[in-house]
Amino acid sequence: MEMDLLHRFEAYIASDKKIEPKDWMPDAYRKTLIRQISQHAHSEIVGMLPEGSWISRAPSLKRKAILMAKVQDEAGHGLYLYSACETLGVQRDDTIEDLHSGKAKYSSIFNYPTLNWADIGAIGWLVDGAAIMNQVPLCKCSYGPYARAMVRVCKEESFHQRQGFQIMMTMAGGTEEQKEMAQDALNRWWWPSLMMFGPPDDDSPNSAQSMAWNIKRFTNDELRQKFVDLTVPQAELLGLTVPDPNLRWNEETGHYEIGEIDWSEFKRVISGDGPCNKERIETRRKAWDDGAWVREAAVAHSQKRADRRASTDTAAA
Amino acid sequence: MEKKNWPLWEIFIRSRQGLSHRHVGSLHAADAAMAVENARDVYTRRQEGASIWVVPASAITASSPDEKSVLFDPADDKVYRHPTFYDLPDEIKHM
Ligand SMILES: [Fe+2]
Ligand SMILES: [Fe+2]
Repeated sequence: MEMDLLHRFEAYIASDKKIEPKDWMPDAYRKTLIRQISQHAHSEIVGMLPEGSWISRAPSLKRKAILMAKVQDEAGHGLYLYSACETLGVQRDDTIEDLHSGKAKYSSIFNYPTLNWADIGAIGWLVDGAAIMNQVPLCKCSYGPYARAMVRVCKEESFHQRQGFQIMMTMAGGTEEQKEMAQDALNRWWWPSLMMFGPPDDDSPNSAQSMAWNIKRFTNDELRQKFVDLTVPQAELLGLTVPDPNLRWNEETGHYEIGEIDWSEFKRVISGDGPCNKERIETRRKAWDDGAWVREAAVAHSQKRADRRASTDTAAA
Repeated sequence: MEKKNWPLWEIFIRSRQGLSHRHVGSLHAADAAMAVENARDVYTRRQEGASIWVVPASAITASSPDEKSVLFDPADDKVYRHPTFYDLPDEIKHM
């Protein structure tokens, strides 16, 4: 029986059919998805923090409205993903507890600080840009609920990148000081953005299995290369310099070559020792704890209403 | 940490008048009224909705994937249910 089920699963994967929540799936496939989707959800939620802190300091009402809409979208992305994760049989509260206890990871990029308004531009342009690059292939991922959540997410992401690029364009074309701020933001966000694609292929042990299961469609290095090829000309258009002395265009391959990525920094930040790791988790925990009474009150309120309805029903009968 | 998961609701949205409600995803809410409000915020931020249905996930009975062949295979050999099964003379252009 188990064998039949495994054959059916493998046949589905081979013919690029979606796996749906009630279909049988190997334990390892389920675990990989739970880990990936929950990390993805946590990244959306924690990702609200670096930008959220600039909503009240946005330079104009228009920018403020745009940034609020973007941050609200990220909250939505987190919720679509938590829901997709739950279809695999995990409880929402457990997933969130794993984030708060430090057991679950989230994208290391959100452990860097947002020092000034130019960072909001750089995040939209580079961080959302890299996220889009990662997420577009996930729209075709073999797990139905994850793929469907990604379709929604990708539809909403494109304005995120554009608003960021527009901020960069405004600043790069502004006063000398504003241009310096834009360059400084690019200097700080460039390398962490390249790290968002994950470790290099020869140091990414789980990638091959994820590719075989059609969860992943491109390797980390392939996606990183695509991002570099697309983004370097955009930096040139802005009149800004990519902070990589070894960056060069390779005429033969038709791709850019980049310098060495500092993977020790990546490992340090992902394992908890980045500039803002502690602050991010503390903020999340505080929000959860401070909201406890709201969650309890809502349950009490709905119970009271249900009881009242029940008693009027009895009275009517 | 105290655990009080709000119940799960499945969300169906009619994207515009004239179309049927379609499943878009799920969310947690304390009760139906809150589920509708949350669904508005989570699933219709860009005019995707003209109407929302919320259904407690626990109220849905689903067919089991193991019964797939029992339920759906019988339709496989009934090609005569499709108009393409019938040959018509060339003279008949519309039928
Ligand atoms: Fe997002
Ligand atoms: Fe985004």
